[in-house]
Amino acid sequence: MSNLSLEKMSNEYYDVLKELGNIGAGNATTALAQMIGSKVDMTVPQVKLLEFYELGGLMGGEEQIMAGISLSVEGDITGSIMFLLKQEAAKHLINQLMPGMGDPESLDFSEMELSALRELGNIIAGAYLNSLASLTNLLIYPSVPDLAIDMAGAILSIPAIQFGTIGDHILLIQTQFIDDECIEGYFILLPDLDSYGKILGSLGIVT
Amino acid sequence: MGEVIKVGMADLNICIPPNKITTLGLGSCVGIAIRDPQSGIGGLAHIMLPDSQAIRNNSNIPKFADTGIEDLVKKIVARGGNRSRLVSKIAGGAQMFGMQTNTDLVRIGERNVEASKKKLKEMRIPILAEDCGLNYGRTVIFDPATGDFVIRAVGKSEKTI
Repeated sequence: MSNLSLEKMSNEYYDVLKELGNIGAGNATTALAQMIGSKVDMTVPQVKLLEFYELGGLMGGEEQIMAGISLSVEGDITGSIMFLLKQEAAKHLINQLMPGMGDPESLDFSEMELSALRELGNIIAGAYLNSLASLTNLLIYPSVPDLAIDMAGAILSIPAIQFGTIGDHILLIQTQFIDDECIEGYFILLPDLDSYGKILGSLGIVT
Repeated sequence: MGEVIKVGMADLNICIPPNKITTLGLGSCVGIAIRDPQSGIGGLAHIMLPDSQAIRNNSNIPKFADTGIEDLVKKIVARGGNRSRLVSKIAGGAQMFGMQTNTDLVRIGERNVEASKKKLKEMRIPILAEDCGLNYGRTVIFDPATGDFVIRAVGKSEKTI
């Protein structure tokens, strides 16, 4: 599938990827809702092909502080999945998860809170990947989650560099989810280019 | 007061005083500021990858350390900067996440810094100061008139190198 190029993907592919994002994020959102014990809605996923300079503006500017949880993916497909939350939203989620644990006034994170956030990312990303695996019949193994709390631009530079090795665009499957307090979060699924071919192939879209 | 010119990811631009030039949220990418101290003509590049030779699809000049630095120097000189007087400062090249299994991404920050230094050395442009590595993102603002390179990071006090 090496002849698959990001720039040349058809709308049909986009629709398939969007649907994958929908199912994956749907499962992840359910996992999240169960964990924090409140209702969480999600938006229809968007599949975006962006230039690198557009990336920073995607989530409220390059300097927006975000918690980014990254897992690399191995198995039949390779790549990574990232789950991003604005700092306030991350704080809010931790408070939901462990009431009284963190200091809600402070925007700093304690070791305990960081650990909880990492676990949260693990469960959510795991739910996303599980549904993707069962849908495509591909083996997908996520790694241990890795967490960074930093400027959006700095966190997103990692997937950007990954795409930078193959082209000048970045392909994102992005979902926002919203609870009563309007947590904004984003899933970014970043399969390597070959893996896009495998995913689409496993669904009979590309042969 | 001049304007502040913004440079995006995989981008570069020149800057003439009293303007300043900035790039926001450098992660594993590297920001390379170059100027001619006498005329004050300078510029900033935000590179993503170390080596244009290692990659097939390499037409995007500002994306790579080698071609990006070369192009920035060319633009500064074209604007009237003196090639033999040029000096530089660099920042960025952090390791944002601990583990990266993808071989393209292993120590990418470090490799970007190494490649930038190598290219600057090759072009005989001295590096006056640097703030590279570690595990946090940086926003940089370069003033080509004074050579001040201001670095901001989350939860850290601002510093000028």
